Amino acid sequence: MEKTMTEDKNQVVGSEAMDGQRDKEHIREDLELSAQLGESDSWEDKLKTMVRQNKLAAFSAVILFLIFLAAVFAPVVAPYDHLAQSLTDRLQDPSAAHLLGTDELGRDVLSRIIYGARISLTIGLVPTLISMAIGTVLGLCAGFYGGKVDFIIMRLADVMLAFPSLLLAMVVMYTMGGGLINIFIALSLVNWAGTARIVRSQTLSLKEKEFVEAARSIGVKKWTIMFRHILPNCLPSLIVLFTLNIPSAILSEASLSFLGIGAQPPSASWGLMAVRGKKYLFSEPWLSIAPSAAIMIVVMAFNFLGDGLRDVLDPYLKEQ
Amino acid sequence: MSESIVLEIRDLRSHFFTAKGQVPAVDGVSIQVPAGKIIGIVGESGCGKSMTFMSVMGLLRYPGKVVGGTIFLDGRDITHLKPKELSKVRGNEISMIFQEPMTSLNPVYPVGKQVREAILLHQKVSKKEARERVLDIFRAVGISEPEKRYYSYPHQLSGGLRQRVMIGMAMVCRPKVMIADEPTTALDVTIEAQILRLMQRLCREQGTSIILITHNMGVVAEVCDYVYVMYAGKVMEQAETFALFERTSHPYTQGLLRSIPKLDEKAKRLYTIEGVVPNLLHLPKGCSFCTRCGQARERCFSERPKLYETEDGHGVRCFAYEREGVFV
Amino acid sequence: MLNKVLKRIVISIPVLIGVVLAIFIMLRIVPGDPVTTMMGEHVNPAVIEKISREMGLDQPMIVQFFKYVFNALRGDFGTSYRLNRNVTQIILDAFPNTVKLSLMAAAVAWLIGIVAGIVAAVRQNKLLDRMFMGCALMGVSMPVFMTALILQYVFAFKLKWFPVSGYDSWKAMVLPAIALGWNSAGSIARMTRSNLVEVMQNDFIRTARAKGLREKGVIIRHALKNAMLPVVTMMALQFSSMLSGAVLTESVFGVPGIGRLAVNGIETRDMPLLQGTVVFTTILIIIGNLIADLLYNVLDPRIREGA
Repeated sequence: MEKTMTEDKNQVVGSEAMDGQRDKEHIREDLELSAQLGESDSWEDKLKTMVRQNKLAAFSAVILFLIFLAAVFAPVVAPYDHLAQSLTDRLQDPSAAHLLGTDELGRDVLSRIIYGARISLTIGLVPTLISMAIGTVLGLCAGFYGGKVDFIIMRLADVMLAFPSLLLAMVVMYTMGGGLINIFIALSLVNWAGTARIVRSQTLSLKEKEFVEAARSIGVKKWTIMFRHILPNCLPSLIVLFTLNIPSAILSEASLSFLGIGAQPPSASWGLMAVRGKKYLFSEPWLSIAPSAAIMIVVMAFNFLGDGLRDVLDPYLKEQ
Repeated sequence: MSESIVLEIRDLRSHFFTAKGQVPAVDGVSIQVPAGKIIGIVGESGCGKSMTFMSVMGLLRYPGKVVGGTIFLDGRDITHLKPKELSKVRGNEISMIFQEPMTSLNPVYPVGKQVREAILLHQKVSKKEARERVLDIFRAVGISEPEKRYYSYPHQLSGGLRQRVMIGMAMVCRPKVMIADEPTTALDVTIEAQILRLMQRLCREQGTSIILITHNMGVVAEVCDYVYVMYAGKVMEQAETFALFERTSHPYTQGLLRSIPKLDEKAKRLYTIEGVVPNLLHLPKGCSFCTRCGQARERCFSERPKLYETEDGHGVRCFAYEREGVFV
Repeated sequence: MLNKVLKRIVISIPVLIGVVLAIFIMLRIVPGDPVTTMMGEHVNPAVIEKISREMGLDQPMIVQFFKYVFNALRGDFGTSYRLNRNVTQIILDAFPNTVKLSLMAAAVAWLIGIVAGIVAAVRQNKLLDRMFMGCALMGVSMPVFMTALILQYVFAFKLKWFPVSGYDSWKAMVLPAIALGWNSAGSIARMTRSNLVEVMQNDFIRTARAKGLREKGVIIRHALKNAMLPVVTMMALQFSSMLSGAVLTESVFGVPGIGRLAVNGIETRDMPLLQGTVVFTTILIIIGNLIADLLYNVLDPRIREGA
């Protein structure tokens, strides 16, 4: 690659030009080039690159934004009250009045799905944010202080990562009992280890960089170096990681609720709706399939967006 | 040139199809390779020298594509061979080695097996017999303890040894032509000399023609019989090696030679050719070298020179030699 | 090599101890007395005290922990509150079902995943590639229970090709295996493709072409082995997590495997059962990680043979 980089950006040189991950390669080369020329792209430019190169990621962002709006304005958007029961309207097929039919208590499924988006998005965003904040601080400390601090934190992370994640959440739910709030706490507590590992390894390499040395030599305080100098450089990876961690949190909540140890009735959690609809699978399949599909769409959109962001922000963060 | 020609490239054109436009990386190149000779191809990186021979080997991948010209190997047109037929030619009648001996061998197989594969692909011999031949070629390219090296993985060998393995792989089917794309660039100077001498010997003993792609004029002077100087996808000058150094004609070649440090001259400062290689998307309207040429006249900016033949048999792409007639 | 193996095993031991300790503590900070929770509020306090003593719950936690570890090392995970049976025995009864399910699921995932990944890489950026990768991302994004419910509806209810639930025949296991494997198939396909595409950029691929290998040979003989090294590692990891994490699949199809035990343990607040199951599966995961790591060492000559 060296040859290409030292030469004019527009010129394609013989043997180096091959087919292959063209989009990704192009983005990567562009990034490398701009890094070499010292004209690092602004955030805005990078996002523009993504929108241009990866239509699917851009489309996913739009979808997520729309779902987010629907969740916020659920009372306005939803055609019915999501809790209003009506025994005369039980288990109706999808129709003009009820686009996705009604459930066994006569509640409008579409309205419940719209309200359910509130739960899924909150579960996706908040516990992920909390667990990543914990992981970031621990990873920074481990990488920056090294020695015993590093050893203890990382062995703790090893232990956390050794658990099958769903099972770990289940154990926490056993301890604290069911309910959405407890899922919140469980997911906040168990998912920090992966973030800690990545932040630690980045801190280790950033610690050796000149600008950190320089800051240290003029007597900047340790915490200031960690949070003002090192942390901002970890941000691109963290954003990508955040986008890719959200769907797994959403799936965890759905799974726990599906197993009956998460959200409790009459909550409109999608996982809970799916498991309650399961009883009527052979007569009214939409009852369980519709909320499942809602989960799939949101998860898929986050995955597409995360993939796209990774390509532009942090091409070196490997797919695990 | 009275010898028989084993490889003839006639007016080859290969383009890159990029988002920003069509890039003429190889722009009407004609090269003749006589049997049993070493031909040097010289130029700065990006001048299209590697591209030319990737095209010859049919190794050009998207977005690169051969768009015109003909390639004859031993009198047979191989330009439009189907993949199946082409694969019978590649590695058998014409082979190629590359600049990076570090990465050109597959890290997960022992090197002996990788060479053996080349034999098994092209000849109907038993695995045992093929192994014997690998050991023979290992001895021929100067690999000590061939039995042991046969089972070595690439990462266990030095750069020089790896390049010897590569040469062994390229020579094992006794091809008519071997293309060596900057084979010594990544190696130490002492190793470089050894490898060059090895190639010279193989060329003599096996009668294989070698095409040596390089940007190093010193290497050319040492081993080549005939030289082509390329610039921006075109041949700028061609001549027998001795004649090229004796009566350097094209301003670009003159510049190249002047930019080599010499031990016997006390130069104040090393000469460099002004400017940079032009962007192939926006070539000058006239001669592609005109923007950097010290002797450029008005005509050079508006009209493209052809390859003219000088009295002593050079081919030179420069209006200064126009009166002497068009080459080929 | 042997040194490396031993070193890896030694490193795993403190993790294992940490995991057991973590589970032990987490299950014991439950509010309320475990025996009361188990028997209900209206039982004679004297009876509760007697049972507590029998179970050793009146001793200090540290003593309980060492007792537990000591017994676990001898293969005794204690007695289930509800089923009144030895937990080890319960686990060993359920485990074969989970193994059967996981083996079939792994076969599905590996076959579909690898083939789709290779085809997508070969037809890179063509329609087939986009289709396969779209499906793969869908596979990764679908909740396991959704796959399970759809399979059940279409193939068991509508088409009647397979039984709706059950675990006694291989035929009954087909749908659960697909449901469980679908997810993994998606991630294996994605990883196979991206590795293969990356490997195809290498110089040695050009060498293989120059040698006279045709494109198929280049991919199968030269690119695939390099590309599959990390994929094999991932497959080992996935297999061990299937063995421990088939909770959802087992619950939709009513397969009485390890996953069901954990859910039962929670639903009936059967602490020894839950504890035994979680410890058992975590050991599986740790062994899986170990094997994955060693596999990589054995398969990659750059690590195996040393520099």
